[in-house]
Amino acid sequence: MSLAKSPWIIHVNCNSCNGCDIEVVACLTPLYDAERFGVLNIGTPKQADIMVVTGSINYKNVNVLKNIYNQIPDPKVVLAVGACASTGGIFHNCYNVIGGVDQVIPVDAYVPGCCPRPEAILDGVVAALSILENKKKGNIKGKEVPLKGNEVPSNA
Amino acid sequence: MDMNSVLTVVLVLIGAPIIGCLAAGIDRKITARLQGRVGPPILQPYYDVKKLLSKDNMIVNGSQNFYVVVYLIFIILSLLMLVFKADMLMIIFVYTVASLALIVGGMSTGSPYARAGSSREIMAILSYEPILILYALAIYLLTGTFKLSAVLDASTPILMYTPLIFIAMLFVLNIKLKKSPFDYSTSHHAHQELVKGMLTEYSGPGFATIEIAHFYEYVFLTGLIFVFWAANPLIGALIAIVAYLLVIVIDNITARVYWQWMLKLSWTFLLAISIVNIAFLYISGVKIV
Ligand code: SF4
Repeated sequence: MSLAKSPWIIHVNCNSCNGCDIEVVACLTPLYDAERFGVLNIGTPKQADIMVVTGSINYKNVNVLKNIYNQIPDPKVVLAVGACASTGGIFHNCYNVIGGVDQVIPVDAYVPGCCPRPEAILDGVVAALSILENKKKGNIKGKEVPLKGNEVPSNA
Repeated sequence: MDMNSVLTVVLVLIGAPIIGCLAAGIDRKITARLQGRVGPPILQPYYDVKKLLSKDNMIVNGSQNFYVVVYLIFIILSLLMLVFKADMLMIIFVYTVASLALIVGGMSTGSPYARAGSSREIMAILSYEPILILYALAIYLLTGTFKLSAVLDASTPILMYTPLIFIAMLFVLNIKLKKSPFDYSTSHHAHQELVKGMLTEYSGPGFATIEIAHFYEYVFLTGLIFVFWAANPLIGALIAIVAYLLVIVIDNITARVYWQWMLKLSWTFLLAISIVNIAFLYISGVKIV
């Protein structure tokens, strides 16, 4: 129970159009007040439990994403917020875009929508909590994702 | 050590974190209410610590968590010395060692954010330390000894003769609790400055230990305010609580300032009013018994 009562999130913006970011921030405003569930938007990955990723992954930011993922101590879950983070969204098949977050790191929960409503994001966080608890119980550790040097598209 | 002092030690070791935890919870609740939110439950800091203890410990070097333990031990030590009415100068000295441990810990990680946060914390120490020393000096001038027992057993409260130092101490409380406008070395809640300032590289149990030490620190710092009216413990506690609530309100109505600004404030205004107060005590030669 201890994990579910104080989920600290780290918000990672990968190439998002800022639509999803605004909605994530809206969750913390007085109207939705995510802090009543103990949710804190923490600055450093070393103290975070839930990684909230918005936007699609491209060749420029993939290593940043992996690096932040590796720095979150276990147990941890990844929440992909928005169509872009889930599948690539409207940026799908762009020359510089790899795709959704699940192409590079394991994703535990998806919040679809462009952009998703704050209620949906809060629902996603609550869904992530039970996954977090299960990971703690099953002692499931996230694997370290290796960083590559300069990632480039295969046809470049 | 007789039976009584052993009992006191146990009581402080167990009681202080509970009070500190509740104080932190009330802080978050009041902050949320002032922002028009419902806010987390009062016991949220306890849940946070429990969660942090169950997380993996990710460290960047072996000595990092050692400094955290030093920090905790010296905070507890200074609190115990306060409870046992020890020498005021010694308490300040031990308390400074605790603050330094956290700075060295931040510096040792090599992270640029932690380093910047640590050097800002050094600036904070630079600005509040003289006031603490003058506070001790005022106690000396009033009682003829640095020992706190003289103040705590006296029948007149020292606040009667040290109102200006009391005002300066409120600022010190604000700086030490790392509340806005002086929360730039590291901050509580979800406020972010330089990622997490000097605590950036701590995780899991290490960070939980820091939180627990903060609980002790809350009690210690409000204890320093309590000393101003120790003649009547009820009034003293009331003043300490009001001072704490005042700091929370100030936290919510002010924006973060540059560290230069704080240094200027403390080395001109706060130091000046403290010295005026000391001069008054010296010239008038009042003593309390
Ligand atoms: S899902 Fe929509 S709102 Fe969110 S980042 Fe993509 S395009 Fe922007």
